[in-house]
Formats: sequence, C-alpha cells, structure tokens
Amino acid sequence: MEFWRVPFDADEIDVTQGEVHILEDRCKGCGYCIEYCPRQVLEFSSKFNQKGYHPPAVRKPDNCVNCHYCEIICPEFAIYSVETT
Amino acid sequence: MAKKNKKAELQPAHPLDDLIRTDRIPHIWCQGCGIGTVFSACLIGMKHSGLELNKFAMVSGIGCSGRAAGYVNVDSFHTTHGRAIPFATGLKLANTDLNVIVFSGDGDLFAIGGNHFIHAARRNMDLTVICVNNLTYGMTGGQVAATTPHMARSTTTPSGNPENPFNLPLLAFASGATYVARWTMLHARDLAESIQVALLKKGFSFIEVLSPCPINYGRRNKEKALDTLNMYQEKTIIKNGADPSELDIDFDKGVILGKFIDVDKPTHIENYDKIYRTRE
Repeated sequence: MEFWRVPFDADEIDVTQGEVHILEDRCKGCGYCIEYCPRQVLEFSSKFNQKGYHPPAVRKPDNCVNCHYCEIICPEFAIYSVETT
Repeated sequence: MAKKNKKAELQPAHPLDDLIRTDRIPHIWCQGCGIGTVFSACLIGMKHSGLELNKFAMVSGIGCSGRAAGYVNVDSFHTTHGRAIPFATGLKLANTDLNVIVFSGDGDLFAIGGNHFIHAARRNMDLTVICVNNLTYGMTGGQVAATTPHMARSTTTPSGNPENPFNLPLLAFASGATYVARWTMLHARDLAESIQVALLKKGFSFIEVLSPCPINYGRRNKEKALDTLNMYQEKTIIKNGADPSELDIDFDKGVILGKFIDVDKPTHIENYDKIYRTRE
C-alpha cells in the first residue's frame, strides 16, 4: 500500500485479507464495483453472462482488504467478499 | 427440481440473501440505477438494528422504487399511487409492535402523495420514510417531477425545466419530522447507518437518498451513470446539523449531505393513548 505519510503504527496493524465472490448471472454490468474499489481489485471480464452483460472479474485477488464496499454499492446483490483466514 | 437444487448449491449465498426473495432476482431496475443500492443499504440497516425481522413491514407506492416491496423477504405491501404513507399509518396504528418502513420514490411521496407526507410528519407518526430521489418520473418515461432541478431537461421540458424543485429536508422539517437526513447512494455506508438510527428512533424519520436514473434522466441531461456518481463524490459536502433552508439541490454550488434534524417529540400514538385510552 502506498502512503503519503506512513502511519506510526503501520507495522502493528493487521491488514485483513478478503476474497471476492461474484454471482455472475445477477450482474448487469454497471461497473460501480470496478470504479469504486479502493484497491482496484476488479476489472470487466470479456465473457458474457446469461443476460448478455460483462460481469466483473477479479484481477488482483491479493489486493482485497475485505472492506465490503463492492458488496454494499452493488445494486444487484451480485458481489460480496469474505475474510480469508 | 433436483437440477434446480443442484444449481442453488453451486451458487454461493450473498449475505443479504435471507432478506430478499431470491427467486425474483435479478430485479427490474436498469443497469446503473441506484435504487438497488439504496434497497440493499435499507436491508443492512434493518439487519444491524437488532430488531426482530418478523416485526418489520415495508410499504411502497408506485414507481420504480415501489418494486422494493416485492423483493424484500419480510411482510410488505405494494400500495396505490401516492398512498404508501396512509397505508403505513394504518398498519402502525393497528399493530403498534410493527416497525413500518415506507420505501418509495420522489414522485410517489412528494407529488401525488405530498399531502399525506406532510400530515404524517405533522402528526409525528412512528414511521421511517426512505425517499429515493432520482429527480424525475423514471418509470413513466422521464417526465418533469416536483424534484427536477431548474433548467434540467426531461421529456416534457425539452428546453429545460422552468420550475423550481422542492427542498425535501426543509419540507420535512417544516412539517414536523423528528429525524431528517440526506445521503446519496454512493454514501451507502453512511446511509445504512442512518437508516439503522432512523429505525430505532421513535417518531417520524425521513431520509432522502439521491440516486441516478441513467436511462430517463441522465440520458437527456448528458450524464452517464458513472458521471452522476463522480458528481456525488466531488460536489457534495457532509455537514451534519446544517440549516434546512440551505439544502437546495444545485450541483453547481454543491449539495449538502448529512443528518440535519434529530429531536424527540411525543408520537401520535402516545398522544392518542394519553388522551383517549387512559386506564385506571
């Protein structure tokens, strides 16, 4: 992670690791999760889902910090993240 | 049947799947519409409020956002146009244990249902009203609404809207609402928290949520869905406790978000019981 100024307690903080799950057939391809992911984890995939939209695909799985923002901004209940242990 | 079950096993469950009618998903809302996000924030607020889920009732009127009542997996009611608040008032008076949520749009709540809104706020009915404000009549084809900004284009005002829109938080405050807030669908986390607070609050709570309508509003005003969201990010400022008269929606000046009013007043039911249902 790039910081403008490294916090003093940066090495004491445990950054959680998340895993994104995508329910592809619910997606309508609005791209909100891709645009507003703070760690640029997602991208549009080139394949089509059942309805003919391009669902997101995980590009950088290691970047996910399980912030759940994709989960709450998705209007379609089509994406969520869980913490990996 | 066996095949269907197998498919259900393959598809992992979304954390909100227990609160939505998954057989009706994907819903009818367009690509890029914000109602889905507001709906999911509402479900998160319901879940985090800690209240019993079978004590909730969701009432909605007509319009795109009115469809929410059909997707939520609690008791719900899709009412006639503009009459969501009267139906909700009846539900609450008949069964005071229910937590009644009114989830509807700006056209339903403030154009045809404007009178019901101000009188429910005046009486201080114990309801939570969530208004999805997409600045237009989306379902009927993008006609000018009571909330369409001045000079915005719509089907019925092709050269710009000559009228001025409602300032919804000011209207709610002036009518006597006890909790008034405004968020956008991009501020989904604040919105979910606000809905949670409003659900736990006694009295009339009103939350206005700005949400894009890329098909019927954005297309005529040269705004793509992501442009609208970027505008929500760049042109809004959170100012809790701001004066309600400053809260006009003008994206050139900037739009104020936050929790504006949070006061305690006796509700209609309490007042009624005190005067007419006194027991020795």
